[in-house]
Amino acid sequence: MENLMSRYRNVSILVAILFVQVLGLAVQVKRRSGADESTRIIRLWTVSAVTPLEKALVWCQNGLGNLWSNYVYLRGVRQENRDLKFEIERLRLEQVRLSDDAQQARRLQALLGFKEQYIAKTVAAQVIGSSGSEQSRSIYIDKGTSAGVEKDMAVITADGLVGRVLRAYGSSAQVLLLNDQSSGVGVILDKSRLQGVIKGTAGGEVILEKVMTDEQVSPGDLIVTSGGDQIFPKGITVGTVMKVSPGADLFLNIRVKPSANLGRLEEVLVIIKKEDRAPSLAETNSVRAVDILTQRLPSVPDKPAADPNAAATERPARPATAQKPVPQARRSLPETAKPAAVAPSQPAAPETGASEDKPN
Amino acid sequence: MPITYTSQDQVEVYRFSAPVAIAIPLAALFLQAFLPLRIHFFSLFDLPLLVVIFFAVARRSPVAGLLTGSLIGLLQDSLTHQPIGIYGIAKTVVGFGASSLGAKLDVDNVGARFLVTLFFYAVHEVVYFTVARGLVKLTLQWSWGHEIGGALLNAATAAILFTLLDRFKQRA
Repeated sequence: MENLMSRYRNVSILVAILFVQVLGLAVQVKRRSGADESTRIIRLWTVSAVTPLEKALVWCQNGLGNLWSNYVYLRGVRQENRDLKFEIERLRLEQVRLSDDAQQARRLQALLGFKEQYIAKTVAAQVIGSSGSEQSRSIYIDKGTSAGVEKDMAVITADGLVGRVLRAYGSSAQVLLLNDQSSGVGVILDKSRLQGVIKGTAGGEVILEKVMTDEQVSPGDLIVTSGGDQIFPKGITVGTVMKVSPGADLFLNIRVKPSANLGRLEEVLVIIKKEDRAPSLAETNSVRAVDILTQRLPSVPDKPAADPNAAATERPARPATAQKPVPQARRSLPETAKPAAVAPSQPAAPETGASEDKPN
Repeated sequence: MPITYTSQDQVEVYRFSAPVAIAIPLAALFLQAFLPLRIHFFSLFDLPLLVVIFFAVARRSPVAGLLTGSLIGLLQDSLTHQPIGIYGIAKTVVGFGASSLGAKLDVDNVGARFLVTLFFYAVHEVVYFTVARGLVKLTLQWSWGHEIGGALLNAATAAILFTLLDRFKQRA
């Protein structure tokens, strides 16, 4: 027996080591939720051994890169500066237009009692490493629990969603990317408001699931987070629809192009604080609830005014002017302005003070 | 054919100093985690696997080979988000196989190293996929083109890398 054991010593050790590892795997698979805690120490050791090197290298790389781009390679900077100034002017004009829309949306939300999750605080982090495996699409960032990063926090870039924090260590964290097969994000199609779930595939592609075949989805449609999963705040850009084809079941096969370049991540933002709040009416002090209500309620069109002076005192309820009553504008109305011109769906708003209608 | 059959006495057995035995696997893990972010196609490489094969073949001890493979594999697992042990099992098998082969054959020349790495890359992938699909129920995509490309790339890299790592060998 002893002879037999010594003869097959190597094979016996191999079988024993494999058995222990298979057993360990089985335990981790069996209790998926608790497995993270049982393997935390070994993961922590490896991450602690590897991440300082990665941080040092990223720091050196950034330092040299900044030195080169900020002090040496300044070709075309003047032209770029001119282009950027032009771009700022263009964006300013656009901002004015968008802020009007945003104000209107806020007023409506406030009146309807909508609550939204706002991104209250973010932490910028540098991507320092990856899992090193094609089967595990995750990255490591240089911010951890010491910077307020915790498990299940959303990670974004300026372009769009990146993923969520899977594990947070002292000074680093592991982020599960959107295109990993174990990730899942609740999303909504921006145009059609259809809900679905974004998932990664084994090949690293991103697909949109749970959209029925009878729904209309076309390439180019924008996809944003729905906020339903309680991890990602609502409205973050996820990607655009690339290809739509009928699936085997009742659902469509929708391939998605992520907005963030998941293969070339350098810096990311971790959303460390979200706030649930409804937009207050104080933000939009010119709002009048009656303006909104009058647009909703059916009404009888007013009779044409016989007296042109009386007509001048009434005010047509145009959304833009109704929300911001400007006395000067009303005075400048022509005397011939008649309420008859007001459509039934846009009844004339009664002249009431904004302060009276303001809900507290 | 560069692979030659030799008797047990003819085969050279090597050992490595403790700093080298620790630093090289760590460096391989570090590069494996760091470079794919900068050079995207680098994810095709499996540097920890090459290090396992190198150490196993040089030491020519099956027990040392499987322990090295197991340790490096487990460390590689701990950088991923999947259960720990998938790479561990695959690299344990490779470490054992490579050292057993190294004990019987002289595989210290470039051609032999290329073929040995090609073979063990295939073994590694088969074991990895079997464990990942069978035990962990992961949905993995097997692509022949990808696997053959990866095998050739890793084998070519091994032929160069092993020549550099030969400098750290010490005769036992």
